[in-house]
Amino acid sequence: MATTREWLLTESPASRLQARLGRSYRMLLALLRNPLAVLGAMIVLALVIIAIFAPFFATHSPYTVELTDRLQPPSKEFWLGTDELGRDIWSRLVFGARITLIIVVLVAAIAAPLGTIVGAVSGYLGGWADRILMGITDIFLSMPKLILALAFVAALGPGIENAVIAIAITSWPAYARIARAETLTIRNCEFIFAARLQGASAARIIVRHILPLCSSSVIIRVTLDMAGIILTAAGLGFLGLGAQPPLPEWGAMISRGRAFILDQWWVATMPGFAIVIVSLGFCFLGDGLRDVLDPKSGNSQ
Amino acid sequence: MNAISLRNLSVSYGDTRVVEDLSLDIAESECFGLVGESGSGKSTVLGAITGLVADWTGDISLFGKPRGKAIDRSFAALCQMVFQDPYGSLHPRQTVDAVLSEPLAIHGVGDADERVPEMMAACGLDPPFRFRLPHQLSGGQRQRVAIARALMLKPKILLLDEPTSALDVSVQAEILNLLKRLRREQKLTYILVTHDLAVVSFLCDRLAVMRQGRILEVTGVEALKTNSMTHTYSRELIARSTTRVTA
Amino acid sequence: MSEPLLEVENLRVRFPTANGPVEVVRGVSFALGRERLGIVGESGSGKSLTGRSILRLVRAPGKVTADRLRFEGKDLLAISEYEMRQIRGARISMVMQDPKFSLNPVMTMGEQIGETLAVHGRLPRRQIRRRVLDMLEAVQIREPERVYGLYPHEVSGGMGQRVMIAMMLIPEPAILIADEPTSALDVSVQGEVLRLINDLITRNGMGLIFISHDLNLVSQFCDRILVMYRGEIVEECAAGALEKARHPYKRGLLASVPRIDETRAELPVLDRGAWAGA
Repeated sequence: MATTREWLLTESPASRLQARLGRSYRMLLALLRNPLAVLGAMIVLALVIIAIFAPFFATHSPYTVELTDRLQPPSKEFWLGTDELGRDIWSRLVFGARITLIIVVLVAAIAAPLGTIVGAVSGYLGGWADRILMGITDIFLSMPKLILALAFVAALGPGIENAVIAIAITSWPAYARIARAETLTIRNCEFIFAARLQGASAARIIVRHILPLCSSSVIIRVTLDMAGIILTAAGLGFLGLGAQPPLPEWGAMISRGRAFILDQWWVATMPGFAIVIVSLGFCFLGDGLRDVLDPKSGNSQ
Repeated sequence: MNAISLRNLSVSYGDTRVVEDLSLDIAESECFGLVGESGSGKSTVLGAITGLVADWTGDISLFGKPRGKAIDRSFAALCQMVFQDPYGSLHPRQTVDAVLSEPLAIHGVGDADERVPEMMAACGLDPPFRFRLPHQLSGGQRQRVAIARALMLKPKILLLDEPTSALDVSVQAEILNLLKRLRREQKLTYILVTHDLAVVSFLCDRLAVMRQGRILEVTGVEALKTNSMTHTYSRELIARSTTRVTA
Repeated sequence: MSEPLLEVENLRVRFPTANGPVEVVRGVSFALGRERLGIVGESGSGKSLTGRSILRLVRAPGKVTADRLRFEGKDLLAISEYEMRQIRGARISMVMQDPKFSLNPVMTMGEQIGETLAVHGRLPRRQIRRRVLDMLEAVQIREPERVYGLYPHEVSGGMGQRVMIAMMLIPEPAILIADEPTSALDVSVQGEVLRLINDLITRNGMGLIFISHDLNLVSQFCDRILVMYRGEIVEECAAGALEKARHPYKRGLLASVPRIDETRAELPVLDRGAWAGA
């Protein structure tokens, strides 16, 4: 154990692989020193595990309607109570984790790379390319997110896939802005001049030299935005434009619980708790990542 | 044949002329010093030669071939540059290995695994440094990496923009020795831009004194050593750098 | 020398890293009177950290300990952060390397210089303005009235550094710590700035700690020199006696500087391994 640690932490690694592993290990150590980040990582990890192994965690079927058990308060049998159709809320939350995770991952996978590339290209090329790309970005930025997503879903029709597309379309401009700002500061660094002097093409400079430096701020921002994505997805679900019944999407569950909020509080509150906890988890993790990944902190002597 | 020849070179940033009508010939495997205070336009000359500054007029030719404004691969293989700030000239996320392999990858040259350690050895970098990141290196080691990077493509001309002014005096000596040795071994042509006349005296064969975008005087380095330069401003520069403070 | 202004004994600065704590300053001791003390060393020798730890400006994971760090009868490591603020800037000031990063970009020069007075003293506005203009004149700025209203981006590096010096000197501190005050400046301006610091120091009878990597500069400018290497003081001598330096490190440093009438084919290089333990 001690030798693996030494191998990872050595100041003079002997191969590319060792250097890369060592760097990741150092980042992990730095992340572990931040208790909130660890808490956040644990919440996110728990979400992933629950989503993957949902059938093991669920106590009931999330879809079976049992009208005799409708609106039961939390009990030994139904840990978090049941909803208006007698479905176990805990089990629905567990299966809902899958939907939440899919939405979050898909949105991040579409919006973040798209935004980063648009921003980096715009920042590096400057001139007309910059004006046109940033003009488009600003148009998207100037519209309220949820309203824009609503418009897209209304046009495309309700459903998870369309919700994902709608949220992705509304969230990439923020990443484009970040990536552009980063690129503008990097663009005039001497190491970029050096790369240009070696005859590297603009595409190569953007991909190999600029994107790796933008990516950390974008990753941080994405993690912090995860909460927002979950909330937007929940908002769409709440309005009936996201996941369609009987899918156990958390926002939709709150929406249905609204009718009973005064007498059967748990129907709306439990999924609300789930959203809050997972959002917090992503926020804590994002904050911790900011300290670890921030290139500025790594450079100080 | 001249390695570098500049004819009526003028550079402007917007409306201000930074370099005025400058002509200069530098022979092959010569080391030429360009000295002056900051704002004298000496770094801008390098910018124009490399193509990092595009707004110039006049003629620049390298080994008799006129140079256009774009940076292409054939130019990159002929002429490289070492920057002043060893902290800003290396990509903060790339290991020494990645920095040195990049020029080879751009030019489609293989055998990086052979040439990178070879060049590291030539520039006095021990093998354990190969997979380190810039922040794990000292200023002098970073500058060695920057020099190694510039030499990876086996260029004939090396432009040096204040290569030691950001370094400690003790490290400066190491880098100056390295530059001198590399020049001898690889028959390189240098243009050295600096404000430190002592560095010129150590490294260069000839020098030009610049002020406000113009060359005042071109002379052999002997004139500097014996303090027999003709222009009053040159003498003033020498006087200033020999007696810096009298407290 | 009379009663020392500042006494430092066994100063240590430690930083935790993934591979255990690293000591960057290792037991530095010296006393400062009304004199010009130079601290010379390479980057990484701990010279800047020594200067900063006197003002308790070493940042968070770094830990400063000392057997003694006394200034005007106070233990600088024991007093509260509030008391420290009374000393910092008012009694001990520091001029940093690059004026660009030390000046507030949205305040005019005059406001910034006056700020120190407004914080530390209780002078009426008009008097502050008067004092600031006097100070600008003292640092040889030709048109103080005009410079008073300028913003940092509107002045040159040399001017900015003079304003920094004015800012640091206006509360009439007992000690000035200058950390590479001229390395960001042109050679021609360097001389003026140093002369200026020198004049003000001798006139006001202050103590100066001058931190630099440039041995020649320090030897011309200071009364006494401490040479630091790897966090320790390896040699202490009067500035005039520099040529007689005994320690191989310092001799090596002196020899490695190229000269204008250079005839050596190769510069001698410090052999770090040979006397690492010396």
